[in-house]
Parts: sequence; structure tokens; C-alpha cells
Amino acid sequence: MLDTATLTTRTDEICAAHLGREGALLPILHDIQAEFGYVPQDCLQQIARALNISRAEVHGVVSFYHDFREMPAGRHVIKLCRAEACQAVGADDLSAYARAKLGVDWHETTPDGSVTLEPVFCLGLCACGPAALIDGKLTARLDTAKLDEILGDLA
Amino acid sequence: MKIYLPLDSVAVALGADDLAAAITAHASKTGVQVELIRNGSRGMVWLEPLIEIEAPEGRIGFGPMTLADIPALFADLAQHPKAVGLVEALPWMAGQTRLTFARCGVIDPLNFNDFNANDGFAGLARALDMTSSDIVAEVTASGLRGRGGAGFPTGIKWKTVAEAKAAQKYIVCNADEGDSATFADRMIMEGDPLTLIEGMAIAGLATGATKGFVYIRSEYPIAIDIMQKAVLLARVNGVLGASVMGRGPAFDMEIRVGAGAYVCGEETSLLNSLEGKRGVVRAKPPLPALQGFMGLPTVVNNVISLASIPVIMAKGAAHYAAIGLGRSRGTIPLQIAGNVKYGGLFEVGFGLTLGQIVDDIAGGTATGRPVKAVQVGGPLGAYFPRALFDTPFGYEEFAGKEGLIGHAGLTVFDDSADMLAQARFAMEFCAIESCGKCTPCRIGAVRGVETVDRIAKGDTAAIPLLTDLCATMKSGSLCALGGFTPYPVLSALNHFPADFARTKEAVE
Repeated sequence: MLDTATLTTRTDEICAAHLGREGALLPILHDIQAEFGYVPQDCLQQIARALNISRAEVHGVVSFYHDFREMPAGRHVIKLCRAEACQAVGADDLSAYARAKLGVDWHETTPDGSVTLEPVFCLGLCACGPAALIDGKLTARLDTAKLDEILGDLA
Repeated sequence: MKIYLPLDSVAVALGADDLAAAITAHASKTGVQVELIRNGSRGMVWLEPLIEIEAPEGRIGFGPMTLADIPALFADLAQHPKAVGLVEALPWMAGQTRLTFARCGVIDPLNFNDFNANDGFAGLARALDMTSSDIVAEVTASGLRGRGGAGFPTGIKWKTVAEAKAAQKYIVCNADEGDSATFADRMIMEGDPLTLIEGMAIAGLATGATKGFVYIRSEYPIAIDIMQKAVLLARVNGVLGASVMGRGPAFDMEIRVGAGAYVCGEETSLLNSLEGKRGVVRAKPPLPALQGFMGLPTVVNNVISLASIPVIMAKGAAHYAAIGLGRSRGTIPLQIAGNVKYGGLFEVGFGLTLGQIVDDIAGGTATGRPVKAVQVGGPLGAYFPRALFDTPFGYEEFAGKEGLIGHAGLTVFDDSADMLAQARFAMEFCAIESCGKCTPCRIGAVRGVETVDRIAKGDTAAIPLLTDLCATMKSGSLCALGGFTPYPVLSALNHFPADFARTKEAVE
């Protein structure tokens, strides 16, 4: 659990660092998520006040973009590419395998909190698919064996 | 020994950082002096990670490299099992007309002197000696059209912004390259970022804009990192700042990061996102050129459009315009992806046929099975069957076949592809990524998935319904997301009817 004092202080610092920039909200939200791992509900009002907009507007932006989480993710985040170029080289079968093996569907976290599985639509690795982003690290030419190896390393 | 190893996302995804560590470790163990340069990618993805070693006759390539192949780099190179010969002489490289990507893979992307020594800033230097209207005229004469997919003449867009009266104008670079099969923007930002900065500075001179933004998608962590470093480098060296190269007007820029919304690749949605709002599409007019970022005149150009400006200015509009086909002038970086034997980036003048690209350059499928379909132009592009492989690569030529070239990405599928499933995915993707502003896109895409599912269950009565829905989405949507989703759906239906002819008995 985040303690309120830390949340308030860090949110203030992050807002202050971006104030005066044109269109500061996205850079602020990126920093908030980098800091806390998600965008806690408790900091929305504070961000709204800093930017002189309504809390509803901040919520609207957070909920619009796929990147921003409203809840913490698992300890590891696997983003598997679902886009066409990866589909052409077996991404659908690979993601079916990953979902079965982890026992979760898209956007879900394993019960032990270790892995969150998410789709991503293109990582720009389209001539060496299937591709994935594992804890922010790019990987490509995936198959079930390579995925097993990655999952083994994460556990 | 001078060794080149790409820092490009492809190479890194395939283990380049581990290879770099192994090279350093092996060099210190054997006492060999090694200068390791992390370059961009040459675009030959099947050879990645591709290591190059400088030799008197040129750079010799080795790939695809694995950790086990590293020690042999320190022995007799002619005997190396992964040697591919002189990189520049490989058919893939020799067959290209590299203008925009001339330096990509050649230089150290973050070495200012390296960029300068390889014709960097030649275009900007020339632009600084010209009037803004002459720069606009030069870009117009080159015939350059928006490489993001819309194909709007870049010079005309610039002219509109140049003639607009405002205290502040902006150059916004659209680096939200979300289309599957496209990676040219990523490659140039990682492999030659100063070219993009140079192009944006020229756009500033031409239009009177003093501030630029590059909006990069968050799925490109390496491109974001390199671009941020390149902007600092350009600022420290006086290219950007209070006076461009110390003798022009002010121009500076910032890197901004998207947040995983495909629709933000649409220019008005991107502008809203950049302003810190939901990435909802704006109705046009007003044009962004007149009321763009913060309601002020704004050039919104794709990465490749802007990165092509320096070479156009350096070599002259006539040189660029002499290449190409019909109204598609200059070169296009083809991005060949999916199930292909030889995939990657191939920059060439417009005009090759789809068949030449798929069969000759890409060498057919990686699986060795027959090519069934090629999706050209990303998730909003049409699926082309072999019967249309004689279509020449050009804006009008593809439009004439109910398709589009988009950002010039090509995804090849072999005969195991199920085109009904691909049509369903197109609708599903549109439903996931719709910004929600207009009804044909927001509701139509959901109904589209349901309708394709009915067809999959053998309900042939749903086929005319799907066609009708596509007509509504095509003419009734505000932007290309809802408006172009019918391209993959209808092309799948029209060119591959067998995949949609499912009998109820077979399904049950």
C-alpha cells in the first residue's frame, strides 16, 4: 500500500516539474505511472488542481489511453504483439499457448500476482515476429520454447 | 578492429546487447583493441543481429549472429560461418536507391561529427541561404507527398502554414507509427535521428515555426531514448536553439511520448493528445495547418516526410522528382514484413510491382508455402491476392485497385491464412482502438465483428449486411480509422470469397 504522504509529496514534485509545459498532462501521467507503477485514484484531484482542470478531465485522459493503469500490475508484465505481421508468423497460436499456460486471459494477472498478460498492437518488429515486450525489454522471433524459457526466468 | 553492431530495436530484440557484452569481454580476454560502434540497422532483418567489421575493401557483414559466433570474429574472418561478404555489395543493398536512409546503418547515430562528415546538415545549410517561400517552392517541386499514408503534397501544407499569420506556429512530427508492418519511422529515429531534426529545422525556416514536437509512440522505447539524446546533441552543437546553426531564426524541439492509443496516429487526435487531452479526433475544417496545436498554425508531418527534406534540399528538387512513377515522386521505404523469407526495409523509387516486391525482393514466404495475400498499408490497408500482383507501387495505382499504400508496410501471408479471420480482426481492432467520437466507427466496428461471426456460422444473409455496414463506415466516419477499416474487410471478402462461404453443416 502506498502511504498518503509519499503519494502527495511525489505527485506535487512531478506536477511541479512539468508545470508551464504546453500539454503537461501526458508527461505528468507517464511520470506518475513510472513512479508508482499505476496512476492511483488518490492523485487525480491533486493533478487536476495543479493544471487548473477538473478531476473528471484527468480521469477522462487516464481512462482513454491503454498505457495508463488504474490498478497495479503483476510483478512482471508481458505484452504480446497481436498485430497482423506477427499473426502471419503464428502470433495467434503463441498467444493462445501463453494464455493457457499462465491460466489468464488478456489484461489479467496470474493469481500469485507474478505475471500480467497484455496485448500490444505492433512493436515495429514486423519482419522478425512474433514479438513481445517483457518488462519493457524487446524480444522477437518467439516460439513456444523461447516463451517457456522467458516464463521460467520470470518465475 | 572496428566493429559495428546495431542498437536498432530489431537487433536488440534479437540479443544485440548480449553480443556487445560478449565482444567487449572477448576483446579484453584476447588483448585485441576493439572499437565497438552501435549503428542503426541496414534493414536486412533476416540477417539481424548483423555485425560489420571494417576492412580495407569495405565493411564485411556477419549475421545472423549468436553468442557462439563471437569468438570466431577474432580468428580468420574469411572462415567465419556467418560471413555474408561486403555489406554494400549484397543484392538487397545494391538494389536500393537510398536517399532518406543513406546514412542509416552506416554512421553512429549519436556522433555529431560522423553525421556532419556524411553530408549531414547540407540541406539545412542550403535552406539557411534561401527565403522561406523558395524553400516551400523547392519542397513543392520535389513532388514529396505525405509518407504517413494520406499522400497530401508536403509543399502545399507548408505553404498554408507559411502564409498563416500568427505569433506562434508549430512543427509537429507524427512518430506514432502504429500500423503493423511499418517500422521505417522507428528505424530512421534509431539509426539517423539528426536527419529528422534537420528536416524539422528546415520546416521551421520554411513556415516561420519556432517550436517543434516529435510525438513518439510508447511502444518504441529505444527510438524515444535515441531521439531525446539527439535533440540534446543538436542543441549543444548550436543546430537548435535561439538561432538555427548560429545564423538562422530560433527553432527548438521536444520529444513527447504517446500512451498506447493507435488512433493518435491520426493528426487531429495526435494534436489533442499532445495538448494533454483524450486522443479524440477533431472534425476538419479547421485544418491543423491553420488551427492545429493549441489552435495555432501547425505543420503535422510524418517522420519519413520530414526526414526526406534534408536530402531534397541538399540534392535539389529535380533530383528527387526525377525518381518515381506518375504522381508518386521520389523514393519510398518499403517495409516488407510478416511471413517472408527476406524481410526488412528497402528504399526504392515508386513503381515496382507488388509481385516484384513480394517474389523477387522478399523471396516469397519464410514457410516456403505459396503467398495467399499481402496486406498493403497496415491494418487499414487492403488484402491483395496474387491476381493483383501486377499493381505498380504508387498512390493512385493502389487506390485504383481499391487499396492504399499507406505508410508502405507490406504484410505477407501464406496459404494457411484464413481471410475471414483477418476481416474479423480488422473490425475487432477498430472496435478496440476507436476514439468513440463518431458512431459509424464506434458502433459499426462492434456490429462488424458480430456480423463476421454470423458469416462464420454459415449465415450467408449476413454478407450483404457486412457490405452495407462497410459502406456506412467508409463514408460516414470522421477519420481513417473507421473510414478505412472497410478496406481490409471488403478486400478479404471480394478477393477470397471461398473463405467466407461456410456452410451451416460444416460449422455444426
